Amino acid sequence: MPEIDTSLLENKLPGFSKEFSGEILEVRDYHGDLTVVMSPKIIRKALSFLKTQLNFEVLLDVFAMDYSKFEPVTPERFSVIYNLYSLSRKRRVRLKLYLNEQNPEVDSVHDLYASANWFEREAWDLFGIKFLDHPHLTRILCHNEFEGHPLRKDYPSDGYQQLRKASASLGL
Amino acid sequence: MQANQDSDNFLQLNLGPSHPATHGTLRIFVKLEGEIIRDMKLEIGYLHRCFEKMAETHTWNQVIPFTDRLNYVSAMMNNVGYVMAVEKLLGIEVPKRCQRIRVIMAELSRIIDHLVCIGANAVDLGALTCFWYFFRERENIYDLFEAACGARLTTSYTRVGGLMADLPEGWVEWCRKIIENLPRTLDDVEGLLTTNRIWMDRTRGVGVISEARALEYGFTGPCLRATGNSYDVRKAHPYYDYDKFDFKVITQTAGDTYARFLVRMAEMRESLKILKQALDDLPEGPVNVDDWAITLPPKEKVYDSIEGLMAHFKLIMHGIKPPKGEVYSYTEAANGELGFFVVSDEQGRPYRVRCRPPCFAIYQAFPEMCIGQTVSDAVATLGSINIVAGELDR
Repeated sequence: MPEIDTSLLENKLPGFSKEFSGEILEVRDYHGDLTVVMSPKIIRKALSFLKTQLNFEVLLDVFAMDYSKFEPVTPERFSVIYNLYSLSRKRRVRLKLYLNEQNPEVDSVHDLYASANWFEREAWDLFGIKFLDHPHLTRILCHNEFEGHPLRKDYPSDGYQQLRKASASLGL
Repeated sequence: MQANQDSDNFLQLNLGPSHPATHGTLRIFVKLEGEIIRDMKLEIGYLHRCFEKMAETHTWNQVIPFTDRLNYVSAMMNNVGYVMAVEKLLGIEVPKRCQRIRVIMAELSRIIDHLVCIGANAVDLGALTCFWYFFRERENIYDLFEAACGARLTTSYTRVGGLMADLPEGWVEWCRKIIENLPRTLDDVEGLLTTNRIWMDRTRGVGVISEARALEYGFTGPCLRATGNSYDVRKAHPYYDYDKFDFKVITQTAGDTYARFLVRMAEMRESLKILKQALDDLPEGPVNVDDWAITLPPKEKVYDSIEGLMAHFKLIMHGIKPPKGEVYSYTEAANGELGFFVVSDEQGRPYRVRCRPPCFAIYQAFPEMCIGQTVSDAVATLGSINIVAGELDR
């Protein structure tokens, strides 16, 4: 396991490493982008700590990655990345967590940040990442009859699927 | 439009996906009580082309034409945003002249984008004149784009490490002439709309969102600034010498359709200020980085030397190979923060390109902005948040 640079973390996110010691797997500062790799269990706690204690008001983006064809091999196949921004401190941080291939699931954060709702649906649609307790985890960009998750590396790049019947009502 | 009566006396109304007021392919499903919207569901994805998957099977430079089709109203900005991300991964800085030209193109695109947004918004509310005034200016700017890169709408002007070509002769003077005329058009439209009773009645207090809720939803750009927050990437994290230009960040506090209109109108004038400064201070020199592993060698080198020929061949066949790693790069596009997260595995093709579209975050809040108001208010709101389906669905 690589050594964790707590001084870097302490400098950029004061109090964070102390709060989540043992749950932080890696800290990286690459081209000025701070990335913190964490264990998926505490994602809700970590995000609410960042929001309330460290003024990260905006969750800019949530998206997934499939590392199955990447060298060097990553700890798990999938990862979910949370891209946060603090307006008052003008600071950014990316939280990253790895999810295993058989059961890629993580707690939803839609109630912590409203923006997460659709971004999580997109990650479910394109990668098949399951967000637990999400109120409406359905496809968002692909159509209802779509099978599979197109951004996974084992999905063919020409795997077009045609919709046969559009839904008449969106069910209000 | 379809409507059917619900059992509990609510009327369900379906707008779109092909409806004049959606300016793209969006589907909106509303539940009405009389004329008041009580509930709303959105369906998106009608323009989904899986840009992110396509990017993975093309070389880094071949992705640029796809970025045109994200926000197709201001394609130049997507071009700039994407190549900036790849350049960050490569760890290179493009020459000053190239940076300045990119700023000029980005600001011209911002003006076009705002012109389209306000023009179309006004058309939806029955004010056709402004649309013609604005589209005349838009055509002029498209002429400029055409002269610079040969295309009007889908520009693909930037390249990783530079530009497709330098500006043609006489372009700067031409551009000056066109932007000199713009304030007159802006004055005309301001005269028609800003204190127009009908316009104000139709837009004030319509589609309101507070600053706190806007941040919660991840708003950026003019829609966030209309709520009173002054976040602008150009000021908060300046790139391409934006900190050296003299311009203001425009904010309003009401957070309604009218405030968004005012912000966009004023922002165009600020863009004009930036444009004037950038055109006056356009440095001479090359536009491409001098590295044949990134940009194509000059044609005479390709024809006259074996090194040039090889470099050309290698770059076309194998593409650029950025070092392994992942970076996130962001620019202030017309709708807000346009981010690109790119990952390279040194194979000559992106391992992953993630586009963070500003529209996606904004459109999510649309039901909250409309519930309790009438359908015609929803149309006014939709026009003012400037949803571009190409960027929303990718």
